[in-house]
Amino acid sequence: MAEYKLELKNVSKSFPGVKALDHVNLAVRPGTVHALMGENGAGKSTLMKCLFGIYHMDEGEIYLDGEKVTISNPDDAMKKGVAMVHQELQPVLARNIAENMYLGRFPVHKYGPLQVIDHKTMFEETEKWLKELGLDYNPKALLSSLSIGQMQMVEIAKAVSHEAKVIIFDEPTSSLSDKEVDFLFKVMNDLRDRGVSMIYISHKMDEIKRISDDITIMRDGTYIGTWRAAEMSTEDIITKMVGRELTQIYPDHDHEIGDVVLEAEHVTSILPKSFKDCTFNVRKGEILGFGGLVGAQRTELMEGIFGIRHLAEGTVKVDGKEVKIKRPKDAMDAGIGMITEDRRGNGIFGCLSIKDNVGISIYNKHLEAGFVLNHPEINHIVDDSIKQLSIKTPSMQQHIENLSGGNQQKVIVARWLANDPEILIMDEPTRGIDIGAKHEIYEIMETLARQGKAIIMISSEMPELLGMADRVYVMCNGKITGEITDKEDMTQEKVMTFATQF
Amino acid sequence: MQKTQKQKVTDFLINNGVIIVMIILVIYTGLTTKNFLTPNNFLNLLANMSYRLVIALGISGCVITGGCDLSGGRMVGFGACLAGTLLQKQDYSGRFFKDGFMASITPMNPFVVLLLVMLICACFGAITGWFIAYLSVPPFISTLAMMEIIYGIGLIYTGATPLGGYITGYTIFSTGRFLGLSWLIWMAVGMSAITWFIYNMTRHGKYMYAIGGNVQAAEVAGVPVKITLLIIYAKASAFFAMAGFMLGAKAGGASINTGLSYEMEGIAACALGGVSVTGGRGKVSSAIVGVAVLELLKVALQFLGVDANAQYIAIGIVIFVAISLDIRKYVQKK
Repeated sequence: MAEYKLELKNVSKSFPGVKALDHVNLAVRPGTVHALMGENGAGKSTLMKCLFGIYHMDEGEIYLDGEKVTISNPDDAMKKGVAMVHQELQPVLARNIAENMYLGRFPVHKYGPLQVIDHKTMFEETEKWLKELGLDYNPKALLSSLSIGQMQMVEIAKAVSHEAKVIIFDEPTSSLSDKEVDFLFKVMNDLRDRGVSMIYISHKMDEIKRISDDITIMRDGTYIGTWRAAEMSTEDIITKMVGRELTQIYPDHDHEIGDVVLEAEHVTSILPKSFKDCTFNVRKGEILGFGGLVGAQRTELMEGIFGIRHLAEGTVKVDGKEVKIKRPKDAMDAGIGMITEDRRGNGIFGCLSIKDNVGISIYNKHLEAGFVLNHPEINHIVDDSIKQLSIKTPSMQQHIENLSGGNQQKVIVARWLANDPEILIMDEPTRGIDIGAKHEIYEIMETLARQGKAIIMISSEMPELLGMADRVYVMCNGKITGEITDKEDMTQEKVMTFATQF
Repeated sequence: MQKTQKQKVTDFLINNGVIIVMIILVIYTGLTTKNFLTPNNFLNLLANMSYRLVIALGISGCVITGGCDLSGGRMVGFGACLAGTLLQKQDYSGRFFKDGFMASITPMNPFVVLLLVMLICACFGAITGWFIAYLSVPPFISTLAMMEIIYGIGLIYTGATPLGGYITGYTIFSTGRFLGLSWLIWMAVGMSAITWFIYNMTRHGKYMYAIGGNVQAAEVAGVPVKITLLIIYAKASAFFAMAGFMLGAKAGGASINTGLSYEMEGIAACALGGVSVTGGRGKVSSAIVGVAVLELLKVALQFLGVDANAQYIAIGIVIFVAISLDIRKYVQKK
């Protein structure tokens, strides 16, 4: 028997403009849980997607049981014994458990050219596999009737039914309750006893310590090392994950911080698993950072403040006066703007021109006779912002979908500059854009702060958070777990400690 | 990116495929048949296009926001009947309002009737729009529901009897000429101009494109999505009412089945002209081109002696081919 069940050697993968993986190694011993750790953007998911055949690696080799294999797509991966339990489950909600488990490989009766689905075998097999994992679900139950945790169990049962040798768990616990996590770990322990190797991606330190045998740490797409879990303390892990220098791409801080302009008190979502009891404030001319791990509900909290989501409790005050925000329009009327994280989803209008993308939030301010758009005035504003933000485009009539990500982001920034809010929320303002555009966005933030605007920045990139923010709140699991007011005190370790509280 | 000469030609053909096919068809028909390229034939064509264009313009707003309006045809019929009952000659034997109060006030001024009919239909359109915008009922379903409702109302109102005997003040909309073109054509021109103005010069138009382009982004950018949608559906119904009024004037009569399934022609015309059925794209010129293509095709086929029943097949094929070509513009590069 080979020493390692699975070995990835020298895996590299580039995306346009970014080297996502740079000669990464991973070796998983038989019958172990191997934790794969790193900050957001360290390349963990990319590595797993290469292994699972979703991405094609530029170079590198995969060995299964000591034999070199190539994996060309997820189907191929499953046939070779590699299964993946995705972070975002994608079940067919309207169909039952058995159909979900056997989707794409239904057992059939063959009657000449006619193939009829063999429901009896399918349900029996499903029941058998569910029993193996100690689950007493009805194979005929619709997926939509299950909880997220139960769906995940079905997904695991599916992986087991493929007789998988290696199962990848990509942040499986991010939406599970404590009880469900306990059950997941019980199932994982059973699988380990049966010799199945598992790769476990998670940010939660206590879970890593509980379940994993080995730990591999990645940082910025590179391989840092592999250790026995028992030999590593939580502090060791954090230091290895974040250990890097801040680069000088942040502008000098030269803005004066004034009075409190926005206060949120005990803000709670209407959803049970979202943000709860969050209290914070931001001052004029301040860049306020919100740190935390992906899934800490920072985006949801800010979308709640901006009226994209609904609040069950809590008050929002602007300039000391309470404002009722039911939809984004109300927030805008109160002087709040928001650049959302999901640029494609709720930021840009892909099929419209740059002009319309910038103009949309100011069309009601530039009217003649109360209803006719003042095109010359709007053109002037759009033209100015294209120049000011150096948006690279032949004309303002260009469709925004033809621009690069960084330029699209600058168009969205231009939209809000034109709208001129007193408080600007920027959710992951530099996600997916190149370093030059990042620098320009930072410059804009600094300029706005000097003009006395309040900026709230959500960032999952630690250097950015620490480099730009005057003050930082850290969230974990929907709660604000810490506030760091002293610039001296702002360290990656400190943020990570607050961010991994539960 | 440098494009080769060949690519440029291909691009041009794809981008203007519909129009090119049309021009070829017109030239071919003109050369091979008599009387096709005559002023009279074209005046006739324009008159037939006029109310279809008004329908297509109305429906274009719904399509640009990613919806549709299936109640269009029935709304046209209802509008035509409503206008018809108010504009019959007093001495017409089959008069709808024989006695009572309504008989004493009809016929009314045709312009007043036009506005009244548009207003009434706009109210029904607003109801459809309200369900779409505020209760999130998909446009396909809510306009389907309104289609049934408005048909029922029309049946009850008219008692399913056809209308006729219109005053000349009404039929003159079809017979009257201004600068050589009938009033119907001028109405279509006017509605095109108004629609162009709304789409390009008002914030309502910009909001409409934004909703069609990305409704979540529109919400986040502070666009009043709900009221904009409601207005779009109300406006569409007002347009349908006007088309019904025009159709009644042209035919000199109306029944509850007037305009039946014209909404489908309207949607087809929009799609042919380049209004994206997934939303966000489309201009007034798209509706005009689409309606022109469909009507020219019908007339050309008629002149070429194609069996009237077979024309439906030809139209279907043209829609298939034209949309497949047109959609290349957007699906190509991935």
